Amino acid sequence: MKFNKAIKNLFIVLFSTLLISACSTAKKSVDTVDDVYTGTDTVEFLAKGVPDRIFFATNKSKLTTASRDTLRKQATWMRKNKDVTVTVEGHADERGTREYNLALGERRANAAKDYLMTYGVSGKRISVISYGKERPVNPASSPLAWSQNRRSVTVKAN
Amino acid sequence: MKKIIFILLLSILSWNSSNALITVDITRGNLDPLPIAVSPLHVDSESEKIPSFETSTLGAEISKIIEKNFKSTGLFNPLKKDSFVQKPDIAHLKPRFEDWRLIKAQALVTGKLLIKNNKLKVEFRLWDLTAAKEMVALSFTTTPNNWRRVAHIISDKIYERLTGESGYFDTRIAYVSETGPKNQRIKKLALMDQDGFNTKYLTLGNELVLTPRFNPTNQLVTYLSYFKNMPRVYLLDIETGIQEVVGNFPGMTFAPRFSPDGKKIIMSFAKDGNSDIYSMDLETRVVEQITKHPSIDTSPSYSPDGKYITFNSDRSGLQQIYVMRSDGTQVKRITHGSGLYGTPVWSPRGDLIAFTKVRKGRFYIGVMRSDGTGERLLTENFYQEAPSWSPNGRVLIFYRETKSDSKGKGFSAKLWSIDITGYNERRLKTETDASDPSWSSLLSK
Repeated sequence: MKFNKAIKNLFIVLFSTLLISACSTAKKSVDTVDDVYTGTDTVEFLAKGVPDRIFFATNKSKLTTASRDTLRKQATWMRKNKDVTVTVEGHADERGTREYNLALGERRANAAKDYLMTYGVSGKRISVISYGKERPVNPASSPLAWSQNRRSVTVKAN
Repeated sequence: MKKIIFILLLSILSWNSSNALITVDITRGNLDPLPIAVSPLHVDSESEKIPSFETSTLGAEISKIIEKNFKSTGLFNPLKKDSFVQKPDIAHLKPRFEDWRLIKAQALVTGKLLIKNNKLKVEFRLWDLTAAKEMVALSFTTTPNNWRRVAHIISDKIYERLTGESGYFDTRIAYVSETGPKNQRIKKLALMDQDGFNTKYLTLGNELVLTPRFNPTNQLVTYLSYFKNMPRVYLLDIETGIQEVVGNFPGMTFAPRFSPDGKKIIMSFAKDGNSDIYSMDLETRVVEQITKHPSIDTSPSYSPDGKYITFNSDRSGLQQIYVMRSDGTQVKRITHGSGLYGTPVWSPRGDLIAFTKVRKGRFYIGVMRSDGTGERLLTENFYQEAPSWSPNGRVLIFYRETKSDSKGKGFSAKLWSIDITGYNERRLKTETDASDPSWSSLLSK
């Protein structure tokens, strides 16, 4: 009996270990693609189906396909809600010098703003602000946290 | 900062101009620091009592500050006082050189002080024990509350005499004080003496403030404030506390620094996703655009003669350091090594540029000549940046951040300094976490 129980426990331990390692590998591949965060952990919504933020690669401000998709949803929502104004907040991760990161955050926020304008939102309704590395959403020092912090967030301003 | 708090009356009692036998070489890391004895200053028995501090121990306190300053340079080895062989007042008249040599001292500092009519009168002498002669003798008068500065000025005079270079002890550090969790940091402008004493907070922490920098006379600080959530360059008068926004730009201004004559502020202005470098004349308020390039141009710093500007740009694709004439012409890239380069700052001596380098996920503080040659990396860490020069161009102060765990714990930001020799790395004590240090020039020149 006792022996059987021990075997059973061993199996449970083995099985859960397998499960955990499977999870962590699966998670890794989902979280970032080409250095850009693709997960949903930190994302909030401006309205149903309208994510508030997009993510960037290290030192870059280029919009990915997924980012453009999110921004088009934001533009559609803003065109439907004509009295809404927004602030686009640009952020950088903690792995750069402070002053360069301020400029980088500004460039990221403007990349989002430009795209919203291309999709019919007046520039007057969009202000931008850069926080550089000053306002991390994830305070950890890890590649995952850094990818979540390289972002621009569209925030309702009124 | 009290303007000229000092009536620095340097009456030179005697100046021995002949070459002394003892000198300290500060151009290399010093593995054999000079043994120096700093005798407590003798307190004249005629001294008045002062309510704010203990007069009788003032001479000992001043000597302790001098010792601490010397120790922090790594160039001097202040000897323990319990081995001292002569009473302070007698040693100050004329030391018995052979007795002091017995405790292996090579230099001796003696002095005396008197407080009368609410004036502090201090006299000190530096003795070369090997040559058995006086090297420096100075006296000066100030208000008693300035006693810490007295100790720093004495330290500077001795440093100058022994190394042949001006000192950096009678100086202050402006920095950003940090408290609170990593994702909700509260930041205030702060000011302290270079040895960590007399900390003052210049803002309340209601808005985010970054990157304070002194003007050449140390009365003003320019910095970035998020007042009303509009990041703009500000000017703060330290004495009056009056703050004003510099320039009415339709967007973020940041990375400010004074010109060497103090008449202009140079900074970045970000608009529509592009940061360029501008200067503003503080008197006429005339703004001049200096760079015009669709990439990020930031972290500008003038050469001490005002003729050139070094700055940071990613026009090559990644952050590198450039030098141009101060009118924006003749732009030349000076860094070509592998990795990213940021935060260039021109040495007050004009010979070197200090910088931050990022390579393979590690951060370095380094120096190079102003043409980019002779790069030397002084210190490597997880995260460190933003070097600022000591007024004599021998020491750099910068800030260092530590790694945090998944909850943001373990994070800290501290001030550190290192000699440009790469030796003598040390942490500066601050009341709170600290970043973005700016080293003043000498307060009394």
